[in-house]
Amino acid sequence: MACRPRLAPVLRRAGASGLARAARPTAGASLNALRCMTTTPARQFRASGARHAKFTSDAYPDIKRDARFSELTADHVAFFRELLGKETALIDGVTGEVATDDMEPYNGDWIRKYRGHCKLVLKPGSTEEVSKILKYCNDNMLAVVPQGGNTGLVGGSVPVFDEIVLNTTRMNQIRSFDDVSGILVADAGVVLEVADQYLAEKGYIFPLDLGAKGSCHIGGNVATNAGGLRLLRYGSLHGTVLGIEAVLPDGTIVDDLGKLRKNNTGYDLKQLFIGGEGTIGMITAVSIQCPQRSHAVNVAFLAGESYEKIQQVFREAKSQLGEILSAFELMDLKSQQLVQKVRNTNSPLEGEHPFYCLIETSGSNAEHDSEKLEKFLEDVMTKEIITDGVLAQDETQLRSLWSQREGIPECLGHWGGVYKYDLSIPLEDLYKLVEDVREKIGAAGLIGDSDEFPVVDVVGYGHMGDSNLHLNVAVRRYDKRVEQVLEPFVYEWIAKVNGSISAEHGLGLAKKNYIGYSRSETMVKLMKQIKNLYDPNGIMNPYKYV
Amino acid sequence: MSALRILVPVKRVIDYAVKPRVNKAQTAVETAGVKHSMNPFDELSVEESVRIREKKRYPPGVEDICVVSAGPTKSQDILRTAMAMGADRAVHVEAKEGDEMEPLAVAKMLRALVDKEKSNLVILGKQSIDDDAAQTGPMLAGLLGWPQATQASEVKFEGDSIFVTKEVDGGVETVKAKLPMVITTDLRLNEPRYASLPNIMKAKKKPLVKMSLSDLGVANERRLKVVKVTEPAPRQGGGKVEDVDGMVSKLKELGAL
Repeated sequence: MACRPRLAPVLRRAGASGLARAARPTAGASLNALRCMTTTPARQFRASGARHAKFTSDAYPDIKRDARFSELTADHVAFFRELLGKETALIDGVTGEVATDDMEPYNGDWIRKYRGHCKLVLKPGSTEEVSKILKYCNDNMLAVVPQGGNTGLVGGSVPVFDEIVLNTTRMNQIRSFDDVSGILVADAGVVLEVADQYLAEKGYIFPLDLGAKGSCHIGGNVATNAGGLRLLRYGSLHGTVLGIEAVLPDGTIVDDLGKLRKNNTGYDLKQLFIGGEGTIGMITAVSIQCPQRSHAVNVAFLAGESYEKIQQVFREAKSQLGEILSAFELMDLKSQQLVQKVRNTNSPLEGEHPFYCLIETSGSNAEHDSEKLEKFLEDVMTKEIITDGVLAQDETQLRSLWSQREGIPECLGHWGGVYKYDLSIPLEDLYKLVEDVREKIGAAGLIGDSDEFPVVDVVGYGHMGDSNLHLNVAVRRYDKRVEQVLEPFVYEWIAKVNGSISAEHGLGLAKKNYIGYSRSETMVKLMKQIKNLYDPNGIMNPYKYV
Repeated sequence: MSALRILVPVKRVIDYAVKPRVNKAQTAVETAGVKHSMNPFDELSVEESVRIREKKRYPPGVEDICVVSAGPTKSQDILRTAMAMGADRAVHVEAKEGDEMEPLAVAKMLRALVDKEKSNLVILGKQSIDDDAAQTGPMLAGLLGWPQATQASEVKFEGDSIFVTKEVDGGVETVKAKLPMVITTDLRLNEPRYASLPNIMKAKKKPLVKMSLSDLGVANERRLKVVKVTEPAPRQGGGKVEDVDGMVSKLKELGAL
């Protein structure tokens, strides 16, 4: 299921060279091949309309390079080369020539919205190296962007100008795991899916799951306080992360890699790094509490005729499924239609329904869970709260139902780009925003089926269980007119209902200027004080966050 | 021409997305606490039978689609799934957990059921993914003295003839036969549907008959004894090299250059 993130750079490159086409077999097909030794034709992605993004500095002319930062010189590079010792630990575009394709995966983001002028990528292999690098950068006023798998959605992990990219790829060791307590200690650069598979062997599960699991790094997940699909069940990283090892810009190693669930001794400073987006220091390792993996997982995919009905389903699910409910995801018809169109597949349900939701249960006893779930499904069906639905009968169907939800972001990007809004909205108003935005864009004459219209469609989906809506506007190209319709309209709308302009994606560059819609002046001022305290020179991930 | 009475045998096997593990005694694959589902090839058989009816591909119609499974009580789960997909009724031949039947015994059981249910078409998976024997269909055809078309990727009706396209080395082969016959299904035949909730609920009310092997006059004779089950040798993990020079020296080390 995690093909999207791995594919993204490939697609990007393929698009650039005009050669295109990455093949992706369906999950079911590859499994068939595995167990039955049958060759199955791989499904082809149509050539994505990919191209390089505009430079962020051109798209946002108001952002000026901070003159306090030094320009990179050959001397700087020589220091880093000597320090890291390996030619492969850095990509040097300062003293040598680097192919654009080698630099782009670090310089641009996967939704092709942000692109910096990166000249140097460093891949330290240890916390000590990170410490030495940051100290040197701080002393020499060199700006830095910490980067993990670069799967962020708000431009937080790519440079704006010539900041040095500090990538965690080479710090990818699992340090320890306690079989009894379920506490995992791992380097920041461990890929989320790798960590989860490691835990699966031991009967545990990583308390975070998201579509980009195949390429995102857990350090990045923690730095951005990623939410994802399991938040409903396991809570946010602010609760599950027990300790952090991080490096401050002056080279200080913050060793708070505790393994204690309870520790009421002083300020809980690690919380500042969780969701700090690398603005006060760089996370190099985390210690995290992992829950027991559920043996019995069931997935149902339901359809309802209105958003009100889906809310009723959610209420019923909470009361009837109780402790086994592990995900409740909302999808609107448009989002599903676009997925089917891009993948050239059929919906799991017959006919068209205005809304869909995916319910996952996980528990320790298959029979107990099935009985509960079936009773619940029968109940919502006979009460006509839902109009149709399917229940996964095997693991392959289960994965394929999940991919209806997880595949949305990838498929939306198919036409060229996506304006993404990740919002917390009180449940009752959640979908109203999508309708309002669709109407507004329609009224502006920007939406249509042919190439002259920038907007393909406006869709809404998200983690309904957490009141988290993803409002996505799939576009053929990024267009100022679309932006003017969307902003500040969306933010003002959110402020009106006391929602949050960023539920789980963070602030990065995209939301920096809009924090005022969700936080008071006093709060922002306090945040800035923290930033100045730990990063007085402002070298950590500049131009972003607060 | 008489209407079709289709018999669809289905088997409960370890879910094909689950990695099977051999038990400590190396006598069998571990099944306790492992997710089981319908054999994927059998899903195709059920789907095809239902489509023949829905699309009215055989003009005299489909009178009956009966699914059958032999195994422990849990086998009823997959029978219900098959009925939710569209089968009319089910027969559960009860067998104790771990009482494995060899393909010949299964074929004899099915022959008895064909007689009992007056079936004129048997559609079954070309193999089950647990023991991969791929013998039941051909043995059944032999016992019944019926024509058989194995690994079908397309089934068409014309008059009283059935045309079955099967994938063979280097292409496809189309064979023709008349009813009654046995067809075994292959992966590209169709894409099985999801069991919808209304149909899952309806399936609960469809008839499911329980019987034992002896009711059918068949004994579970075993001719083979499992001596040992072992896992395949672990794959030699690939190594990563840091750069081109590293790769060249590695290749030299391995004698490839």
